[in-house]
Amino acid sequence: MRSPHTASLELWGVRKEFGSFTAVESLDLTVPEGSFFALLGPSGCGKTTTLRMVAGLEQPTSGVISIGGRDVTGTAAHRRPVNTVFQSYALFPHLTVLDNVAFGLKRKRVPDARAKARAGLETVQLAHLGDRRPNQLSGGQQQRVALARALVNSPSVLLLDEPLGALDLALRREMQLELKRIQADAGITFVHVTHDQEEAMTMADTVAVMNEGRVEQLGPPAELYELPSTAFVANFLGRSNLVTGSVVDVGEVLGVDVAGTRLRVPVGRVSAGSTGVGAVVQLGVRPEKVRIVANGSEPTSGSNVLGPGKVTDVSFTGVSTQYQVDLGDLGVHEVFAQNSSGAPEVRVGDAVRLAWDVDHTFGLAGEPARSGQ
Amino acid sequence: MTTVAPGPAIGVAAPGTGAPGTGAEDVAARRAGAAGVGLMLPGTLYLVAFFVIPVFALLATSLYVPVPGGDVGQFMPAFHWQNYVTALADFWQPLARSFWFALLATAGALAVGYPIAYLIAVRGRGRPLLQGMLLVLVVAPFFTSFVLRTIAWKQILADDGYVVQALHWLHVLPPDGRLTATSFAVVVSLTHNFVPFMALPIYASLERLDPRLVEAGGDLYAGPWTTFRTVTLPLSMPGVVSGTLLTFIPAAGDYVSASLLGNSTNTAMIGQVIDTRFFRLLDYPTAASLSVVLMAAIAVLVGLYVRRTGTEDLL
Repeated sequence: MRSPHTASLELWGVRKEFGSFTAVESLDLTVPEGSFFALLGPSGCGKTTTLRMVAGLEQPTSGVISIGGRDVTGTAAHRRPVNTVFQSYALFPHLTVLDNVAFGLKRKRVPDARAKARAGLETVQLAHLGDRRPNQLSGGQQQRVALARALVNSPSVLLLDEPLGALDLALRREMQLELKRIQADAGITFVHVTHDQEEAMTMADTVAVMNEGRVEQLGPPAELYELPSTAFVANFLGRSNLVTGSVVDVGEVLGVDVAGTRLRVPVGRVSAGSTGVGAVVQLGVRPEKVRIVANGSEPTSGSNVLGPGKVTDVSFTGVSTQYQVDLGDLGVHEVFAQNSSGAPEVRVGDAVRLAWDVDHTFGLAGEPARSGQ
Repeated sequence: MTTVAPGPAIGVAAPGTGAPGTGAEDVAARRAGAAGVGLMLPGTLYLVAFFVIPVFALLATSLYVPVPGGDVGQFMPAFHWQNYVTALADFWQPLARSFWFALLATAGALAVGYPIAYLIAVRGRGRPLLQGMLLVLVVAPFFTSFVLRTIAWKQILADDGYVVQALHWLHVLPPDGRLTATSFAVVVSLTHNFVPFMALPIYASLERLDPRLVEAGGDLYAGPWTTFRTVTLPLSMPGVVSGTLLTFIPAAGDYVSASLLGNSTNTAMIGQVIDTRFFRLLDYPTAASLSVVLMAAIAVLVGLYVRRTGTEDLL
């Protein structure tokens, strides 16, 4: 059971309808044991509904949910080996912090529940506040109590519903690292729901990007970032410059005609269904991969080049400078440049070209209208 | 119950004004204090006229002695503490019975009122129209007079009424058994009359209950019943305590139910005795001392109860 590749949580064809509204559409997911899994998406994408179905707080309209190899579809929440850290913490106001943490242990009739609860409070460094009431604690402390209350039961899967949403930025960053450490120490499968792409990428080893009740793409954060497979992922996870064209050359490297300019993309980096001649594809590149080619200089060979266009904005942000370049019919493109060699040399109004490595280009199926958020 | 005598604004803590500050703050606080006193004046005068003075009159009357050689109902001021000893010696039984009946009625009203409140507040959550309709049904008995409702019980529990007939037929009640003129009838009527007082405060508590706490209970391995026992019930205790107080206090002093549905021997409640002493026998000192005893006993019981349930902040 404890082998690293056992699936700790599996969903097959899980679907949830509320009246005529479909919150989750036929979802298939496999979460390996011991992983830190993030469900990332905008509000209303079905991620919280999915989490609640795993917790047993909602019943799926159809489909099967299994935890640790056991089918739990239709099993009541209190009989499932999962615990939830609620978005609002949902600490019991009438119980002390210690009794809150001991609650689940007492229900399971674990011997020495209070001693174990005290040990649980120690892992979140709050042992000294056990006698307080939850409303006497700060938001960050309440968050830790909620975490301890769930963790202390050693669930098969720990569910976190936007647990850091109410914290300020510095505290959120601190808690992200702490959660990661606790997850690594405890070895418990974490399923983390969030709309914050940076949080998902920082913490999770696998991210599932959800949109309109479906998983758009699933994989390690770096893979999703480097090789998004839909326009939604390309824009929700970080930012992307996207252009649409049609395939004119096939082979190891596809040639794509974009408004008269020939761009190239390795065929392995194209997720479009059809890559034959004439197929419509979208090509994308991340803004930090793009170089600005000022008037008079030449791009390196093996680059895709677009332009010329006009610089419409230069924003200096300290570590980097962000440029907006208007390419006319191809839209406004973004460029993030590290300030490793002093102040930027390009100014608003300059005519520039944009260049990037062919290997940094990615290709998507070509319905250009579908944008993120 | 204390009253604040109208006087200079300084030192009178009106709601919203804090401790005396310094300088300009102090002036502002004093002005606000003056406004507060102005607002409290009508209520204070009303309480002095219709509560404080009558209570003193009641206390004084309880110590009066008959005028020597005077008519029935003629008394003169005295400090005759013996009145209390006599009153308690003669009437401890109806007094104790009043508290016993009030306790039974409170338990009955809780047993009926809590599920009603739970149904409306928790099951009806998210359906405001249904909740509103059910709340109107809870309050509907108030649309008819208290006395009428009690008389209605007399009809329902009458010897030839369907309830008694059915109980005879089922052999629950012996052939010569009856329900009117019994303790049962009195307690049933008391319970019925006070169910809304019980249900409404509990409804208010349950309505405020965060449903996510109930979900958290389920998430932490508590089944529906355990979640109710460990989460919902403790969080609705403020409502339960107010409901039981609103039921117990008036029920202990009630005399309509006992007069209309009881008998003269073993269902008499203290309210009836006070009524008889005062209006029929014109024995004002005994009636007054019994009233004082009733008030004091209720005050002590309520104090102990509130302390025991840890809901002092309700008072």
